[in-house]
Amino acid sequence: MLLRFFLMGLDRKAGIVLTILAILAVAVPVMTLWVPADSPFHLSVFTVSLLGKYLCFALLALALDLVWGYCGILSLGHAAFFALGGYAMGMYLMRQIGPRGVYGNPELPDFMVFLNWTELPWYWWGFDQFWFAALMVLVVPGALAFAFGWFAFRSRVTGVYLSIITQALTFALLLAFFRNDMGFGGNNGLTDFKDILGYDIQADTTRVALFVATVAALALSYMIASGVIASKLGKVLVALRDAESRVRFMGYDTESYKLFAWSLSACMAGVAGALYVPQVGIINPSEFAPASSIEAVIWVAVGGRGTLAGGILGAVLVNMGKSYFTGALPELWLFALGGLFVAVTLFLPKGLLGLWGQLTAKLPRRNKASPLPNAQPANQTAGQKGA
Amino acid sequence: MRRALRWLMALCVVVATSTAAYAADPRAIDLRPLVQALGSGGYSGTEKALAQLSEAGDPAAVPVIEALQAGDLHVRKADGAVVIARKAGDAFTLTDPLTRAALGDAPAAAVEKIRINNALRRAISASLGALTLMSPDAGVRRSAADAVFKSRDASALETLSAAIAKEQDKGIRAAMEQARAAILLTGEAASKMTDAEIQAATDTLTARGDRDALVLLNMVAGSGASDITKRSAAAAVSTLEQKLAFWAALQNLWYGLSLGSVLLLAAIGLAVTFGVMGVINMAHGEMVMIGAYTTFMVQEAFRAYAPGLFDLSILVALPAAFLVSGGVGIIIERSVIRWLYGRPLETLLATWGLSLALQQAVRSIFGPTNREVGAPSWMSGAFELGGLTITYGRLWIVIFAFTVFAALLVALKRTWFGLSIRAVTQNRPMANAMGIRTARVDALTFGLGSGIAGLAGVALSQIDNVSPNLGQGYIIDSFMVVVFGGVGNLWGTLVGALTLGSINKFLEPYAGAVLGKILVLIFIILFIQRRPRGLFALKGRSVEA
Amino acid sequence: MRTKQLTSSFGISALAGLAMGAMAAMSAPAMAQDTIKVGILHSLSGTMAISETTLKDVMLMLIDEQNKKGGLLGKKLEPVVVDPASNWPLFAEKARELISKDKVSAVFGCWTSVSRKSVLPVFEELNNILFYPVQYEGEESSRNVFYTGAAPNQQAVPAVDYLMEKEKVQRWVLAGTDYVYPRTTNKILEAYLKSKGVKPEDIMINYTPFGHSDWQSIVADIKKFGSAGKKTAVVSTINGDANVPFYKELGNQGVKAQDIPVVAFSVGEEELAGIDTKPLLGHLAAWNYFQSVETPSNSDFIKAWKAYTKNDKRVTNDPMEAHYIGFNMWVKAVEAAGTTEPDKVIDAMVGVSVPNLTGGYSAMLPNHHITKPVLIGEVQENGQFDVVSKTPGLVPGDEWSDYLPDSKDLIADWRKPMSCGNFNVKTGKCGGKGS
Repeated sequence: MLLRFFLMGLDRKAGIVLTILAILAVAVPVMTLWVPADSPFHLSVFTVSLLGKYLCFALLALALDLVWGYCGILSLGHAAFFALGGYAMGMYLMRQIGPRGVYGNPELPDFMVFLNWTELPWYWWGFDQFWFAALMVLVVPGALAFAFGWFAFRSRVTGVYLSIITQALTFALLLAFFRNDMGFGGNNGLTDFKDILGYDIQADTTRVALFVATVAALALSYMIASGVIASKLGKVLVALRDAESRVRFMGYDTESYKLFAWSLSACMAGVAGALYVPQVGIINPSEFAPASSIEAVIWVAVGGRGTLAGGILGAVLVNMGKSYFTGALPELWLFALGGLFVAVTLFLPKGLLGLWGQLTAKLPRRNKASPLPNAQPANQTAGQKGA
Repeated sequence: MRRALRWLMALCVVVATSTAAYAADPRAIDLRPLVQALGSGGYSGTEKALAQLSEAGDPAAVPVIEALQAGDLHVRKADGAVVIARKAGDAFTLTDPLTRAALGDAPAAAVEKIRINNALRRAISASLGALTLMSPDAGVRRSAADAVFKSRDASALETLSAAIAKEQDKGIRAAMEQARAAILLTGEAASKMTDAEIQAATDTLTARGDRDALVLLNMVAGSGASDITKRSAAAAVSTLEQKLAFWAALQNLWYGLSLGSVLLLAAIGLAVTFGVMGVINMAHGEMVMIGAYTTFMVQEAFRAYAPGLFDLSILVALPAAFLVSGGVGIIIERSVIRWLYGRPLETLLATWGLSLALQQAVRSIFGPTNREVGAPSWMSGAFELGGLTITYGRLWIVIFAFTVFAALLVALKRTWFGLSIRAVTQNRPMANAMGIRTARVDALTFGLGSGIAGLAGVALSQIDNVSPNLGQGYIIDSFMVVVFGGVGNLWGTLVGALTLGSINKFLEPYAGAVLGKILVLIFIILFIQRRPRGLFALKGRSVEA
Repeated sequence: MRTKQLTSSFGISALAGLAMGAMAAMSAPAMAQDTIKVGILHSLSGTMAISETTLKDVMLMLIDEQNKKGGLLGKKLEPVVVDPASNWPLFAEKARELISKDKVSAVFGCWTSVSRKSVLPVFEELNNILFYPVQYEGEESSRNVFYTGAAPNQQAVPAVDYLMEKEKVQRWVLAGTDYVYPRTTNKILEAYLKSKGVKPEDIMINYTPFGHSDWQSIVADIKKFGSAGKKTAVVSTINGDANVPFYKELGNQGVKAQDIPVVAFSVGEEELAGIDTKPLLGHLAAWNYFQSVETPSNSDFIKAWKAYTKNDKRVTNDPMEAHYIGFNMWVKAVEAAGTTEPDKVIDAMVGVSVPNLTGGYSAMLPNHHITKPVLIGEVQENGQFDVVSKTPGLVPGDEWSDYLPDSKDLIADWRKPMSCGNFNVKTGKCGGKGS
């Protein structure tokens, strides 16, 4: 049953994505750990961490594409779920430091010690256990998304209104986590992690293992997402993206469908955040910044909305560009990035994957069933028309 | 005291020769060593000499002290003489502080400024107050009374009583009486006063009724004065505090209005580009920033070519900012936005890219640091209205915000241009068929929205940083306001801005600035659940998606 | 059908392999050149660009000057500039890139505490050197970091002392942006003030968010708090961006320095450059350097800076001096060690003494902080500060504050054999308080 679900979503595109991911999962550890350092095929740990970071963003983009590309919910606050997952993982990692903090307090993280906290606040309980933290990585973003979505979808908040209140959500969380009184380390966030599950977090093998875990999470999420989309449920989602009222009039409980996809997407974003934190070594409220959410939307748009694979491609490419340009053109990279966004929207309305589709569409194809849904649903989703 | 005397004698010897010329005027001989002493001994030396100078009670010292206050008093390095030196080009023009005789020019390196710190500044205004109580100029007398009120210098008591007896102007006399009451209550005299006198003095202060009076009364209530003094002061404090609490509530309302009008200004341009045209314009903040930088440029031009007319610079900056931001807006519309109509979410991406590029462009041109935008004199300072403190800058911004709003409303409702905008947004093909050049209207509408953002930039440059990040700080708030008020409805934007501003300011005293802001955001989220299309939702078939 | 699709996709995987190869090539060590590389890790975009860009420029100038003097160890210095874009994880990534890809010998960078915290593990793991030029909250000492900015005892405490002695302040408003530097500084100040007999009701603490721009109510609150009949002062740890609107509001509401002085720890010449300072005459700032300090070395520095930036209006500030000191210390230590190898340089750093710009010598202490004079300046009408007080001697930076209960027993000493950043003098052990 479960197997069927997973296989259902496997089309040609999925095959490509999963193959690439499988190759990454095998090749990267080999190239990093066993290929000698002077070989041209050696990958430095720095590159591995960088790749790992891109793939975490890719997972966030995948999650976002699920709701934006297939349910027409443009979330300008998805980074909030990402960051919440990250904080759950960060709290676990903080507790793992134990007495190795600068003050040597076995119980409290350093930032609590010097702000004179005397005991661990209740919401930190349990985070010394990995299973609990792992559960929270899913539960916290999922529950928040469920509660938020339950209210918003019942009230039939749609289009830009929904987008803007997701932005309000992440902005409120940003401000809240900045507050030192919250007990999450304020602006400094959580850093200086020592180990994860007993392994030194800076060791090469740990980094590679984290990378492989990220690849696995991305692959699994991809399969889940494509499974959902290929299922009947996915058909309803696409339908309500394109004409929500009609679907509702046909008797579908559109809110529940949306709520399901929305919460699932939030959980995926949470997992992405949880994998991101040990690889970059810090989680801080700026992850909640509205700008990070907007950036995630941009990755999806660059890659191609409503394609799943497009989000992954966009996230990796844009972030690779950012890494490269911030080093190579430190004064000009914002022009490059800004120009890229404008160019993509103007010339590639369906994103890079759409371009691929446009190019290949001109060639004679064996496979007629295009896996690309209409990447450009009618503009009603914007709910504009005050517009 | 003895040390001071020794000082005096030493100085007398030094200056005896140079002062011989002025020996005819007895007062000049009297003051000169004291003036001379201002220039030595660092801050404490200057302070000591100043105290003696004001104790001497001679109005001839006033210009000297004023020069000290203005930073014009210098020591000539060659002979150590204290002179007034005013900058003229690269050099200084020297004059004698007492006789006003010209002493020629000196290069900047030949004189050293007598520096003053806060303690000295306080002492200066105290002694100027005491010395100018009898001035023929009513304005000077009034500020003298205020200065004495602040300094509570017991040595001024005698002069003060004499001045009160002579004073004709009611207001000034009241101020002097308050100053006298302040000296009496806080000084040593309080122990010798009768109960009735004490009561009278506290009453005088209570009648003054402002925060300064409260400071004094609190001081008296907490001091080592007699019980009766304390009790009467404490009673006066509680009366005053009640009164001030009432005014504080009103004040808070004003703050809300003022914050609301800032939000209104920031959001109103967005209400056009986003609300009317449906373009999710993430570069809106950058239009505001461009307006602020235009103000900076205009002011620079004024500083360079017409420093005397600086007060008018803002008035020139307004149309300039409107045109510059509007022009940039039209360019953006023609080059990018027009390809994206009907795809509002993609305008978000494109304008986000534009906003990054615009920020960096400004950073490359003007540098990343803040630029100074000055306030014209008619926008600086504050005035009291009852118990309210209203700053001119904020007042003008409130007025300006409402003016812009009204003008926009008129433009949209009463002009042919507004009619075409509404026609195009409501039914594009039909408008086209009626002969409206829709493409041109689109460009002009976007230009209008951007131009208004530029106007907001002029106003915001008065209260905020003029830096490449300026726009970023307002973009989210602007979207919240427009969405809260209802997209496509100008009145909604007005009510939304004022409501959010007031709620924010109402919450701030209780919850603190951070929590207050969080609560406002949560309020918006919940409010949208109740009214999913904002406060003033558009009705009709076109609304439903 | 499906299997066919899957097999056909293997063609694409060749492409992935190619990309991997490119990745590997990208991470390969840069060609060895005969220069000494120096990393500059300051944000050139985003919210912190406003402060950090200047520091990038000053580093380029210092490196340029050193090269004109003949470089270092007979080699030219080569600056490597990257833009961490005010993004904290990006700071860590860029630090790693500088060290492992560009092979820099030392890095000068960071402004905010969070950026330093973000890169700290990277520097420790890859064993490189970071010079951190900004005043900060203390409570940290790392073997790989040299803190050339002020610790709280080199800024906050002397400023409060000045206000207590010279202005007879009895009532205190501690206003700050809600992040770790103000929080810690205010904790220290609160403890310090209480130790001086200030009552708790005479201390008001207020925190605002980053970039706070509407200061009306808070300034009104300050006025209200100041009307209790005791001399009141505001100690401001308000962060960069929020200062301009704060001071504009102070000026407009007529809070005069003579009545309620505001002493700031994060407001320097750069911040004042954006404000009309006439209404702010006499408000105070505490730093270890002011542009207005009249020494020959400072006027040379200012002249060089203006010439380098080709802008006569550019101002200098305290973190720039910190980089000046840090850079010269590093140069001296490298010369003494005869190599740029981090371990040897770190050992050679302690005890190095170089002239600062205020007419004295700053020395690197075993705790990796430096000695500095503390200056209190009053704002002048021209946007500069007039120094009204200077500590008679140099103040050594104290990383573990004596006024916080958990850190008062800790010291740092990176000389052998102790080599410890958090040595507990009570228990005689390295590793903080608990163990």
